[in-house]
Amino acid sequence: MPVITYREAIRHALAEELTRDENVVVMGEEVGQFNGAYKVTEGLLEKFGPKRIVDTPISEAGFIGLGIGASMLGIRPVMELMFWSFYSVAFDQIVNNAANVRYMSGGLINCPIVIRGPANGGTNVGATHSHTTENVLAHHPGLKVVVPATPYDAKGLLKSAIRDNDPVMFLENTILYGDKGEVPEGDYVVPLGKADVKREGTDLTIVTYGRSVLHSLKAAETLATEHKINVEIVDLRSIRPLDFDAVLASVRKTHRVLIVEEQKPFCSVGAQLSDMIQLEAFDELDGPVHRLCTVDAPAIYSPPVEVEQLPNVNRVIKAALAAVK
Amino acid sequence: MSKSTQAKSHASAPVNARLSKEEKVELYRKMVRIRRFEERSLRAYQAKKIGGFLHLYIGQEAVAVGCCSLMGKNDHVITAYRDHGHAISVGMDTKGLMAEMYGKVTGCSKGKGGSMHFFAPSLNYWGGHGIVGGQIPLGTGLAYGLKFKGLKGAAMAFMGDGAVNQGAVHEAYNLAALWNLPCVFVIENNGYSMGTSQERSSAGELHQRAAGYDMAWEVINGHDLYEVRAKMDVVLTRAREESKPSVVEIDTYRYRGHSVADPDKTYRSKAEIEEYQRTKDPLNLFQSILREEGNLDDALVEKIDQEARAEADVAADFAEASPFPTVEDIQKDVYWESDNPSQRVSQGRLFFN
Repeated sequence: MPVITYREAIRHALAEELTRDENVVVMGEEVGQFNGAYKVTEGLLEKFGPKRIVDTPISEAGFIGLGIGASMLGIRPVMELMFWSFYSVAFDQIVNNAANVRYMSGGLINCPIVIRGPANGGTNVGATHSHTTENVLAHHPGLKVVVPATPYDAKGLLKSAIRDNDPVMFLENTILYGDKGEVPEGDYVVPLGKADVKREGTDLTIVTYGRSVLHSLKAAETLATEHKINVEIVDLRSIRPLDFDAVLASVRKTHRVLIVEEQKPFCSVGAQLSDMIQLEAFDELDGPVHRLCTVDAPAIYSPPVEVEQLPNVNRVIKAALAAVK
Repeated sequence: MSKSTQAKSHASAPVNARLSKEEKVELYRKMVRIRRFEERSLRAYQAKKIGGFLHLYIGQEAVAVGCCSLMGKNDHVITAYRDHGHAISVGMDTKGLMAEMYGKVTGCSKGKGGSMHFFAPSLNYWGGHGIVGGQIPLGTGLAYGLKFKGLKGAAMAFMGDGAVNQGAVHEAYNLAALWNLPCVFVIENNGYSMGTSQERSSAGELHQRAAGYDMAWEVINGHDLYEVRAKMDVVLTRAREESKPSVVEIDTYRYRGHSVADPDKTYRSKAEIEEYQRTKDPLNLFQSILREEGNLDDALVEKIDQEARAEADVAADFAEASPFPTVEDIQKDVYWESDNPSQRVSQGRLFFN
């Protein structure tokens, strides 16, 4: 099986869906001529032409709204936000129009749009460019939200997202773009709403998604060799819909939970998960649900300190030890 | 040019000259139907049958009727929250509209949208929208979709005068002009952005902002149905045939507050409203024109009015008698997938309560 980067996996998904469905259009800042700010869309303009690979002005409210309007007529836009941090400029369009138009019309209108781009910290770009937006997006019924950690999941989830008839928010990570993994050539999909147990274990369940999956996997190796703690890692992959059955199955096995995510703690995805775990698995728990989040402040610029603000391998190890104590 | 001569010149525009007597009467009828529907809605609102806001279209009827009467099969309409006139103009059933405002499951949006959110995709009507200017990028997207599909059509994106100060509108203008999208941005200038007059809220002339994007613009007297049709026909034809966007400012006036519960005495005088009603009411003006042309007489005017009142009453009775949606209906129509379970591909939970 070919080994390719996360970036290439997304590009392949885009190319395959552009080939498969003539209604698919890729739009965003620098997606065409510039070959993509992070080279995700490199080569697509040459292959598919300017009608379907569209460079936009820097106008997130305008072009996201345009994509939503076009999707109501059956176009399937895949809109890139260069940083998901820019979603706040298009907030009205996403949370009022994309999320609500089906409901407000009593089901008469569909909005088959994908909005994709990176939503992460860790790249020393300061507070305005480092938001993790999955919690705010997933808060809105009508939207679907997915956060892939691996190249395989990135390709499969994006293909599912583009084929979906609901608006799907697809959150990537600039630090993962260069990560390599095995990705099949050709057609396959990863269904939305299906978690993946990335590591089996018996002593502690780590529920996580996105780049925190990779930190957790590395931490699990150290926990096993140095502390004899066998960690199970549930990669959610999809925030809404959510595969909570996978979380429950794991909790019933290990009886202890640590949630790891690159979100600020207040009202994060993990806060929702904690609530659900204590409601639905209270009798299975040997101790309180633990959470490891980003330190609760705007993203610090200082490069050596930013690493410590976010989840990292050492912080996961420390949190896991606290969770099993 | 005298007003009378001006009105006659628009009457002789090709798009108006070819109208049959029946078609002209039907245009007048539609304006009357809107007026009576709105008056009946007001009574229902005052009786607390309708909640929230009620943005009435009284005074502006010639704008929606005139513009929507020009729609071809590939033309589309999207508008803001003052959307009852457009909904009736495109042909939505008034029973479904009234039921929607009563919050009944028989409403056009099953009681889920309310007064600001009427939709009829089968009539190429993409809604009322509640956030000022938020529908304008969507309308630009409709135009984009038409061009992408190679269809000769136009998207009419309506907004109030206050929306012209929203940033999203300027992003939409830029995209439409940059990409030559067949979008007609229609500013229904009723002179007041909620309770702030145009001169107190907007620098310069609204239509002239189009020049900043190298877009064509037009100004229309929205009290004159013939003028609306004559000038909009030129703009729409350019959109369809050349795929060119335009901005159209249509001068109009509303007789009621922004929403009916809003006190409008603080920003305009009763005398101003009465002056408009006396001299510029679009129903009265068009009625006079049709009488002069020999297309209307007292008997027909009375018949149309009675039928419109009866229709509005039937709509209200229908709404009153209809059932509300159930509590279980709250979570329907949220996701396409949850409403089409046999075709569902994703897994996991979609709802969390």
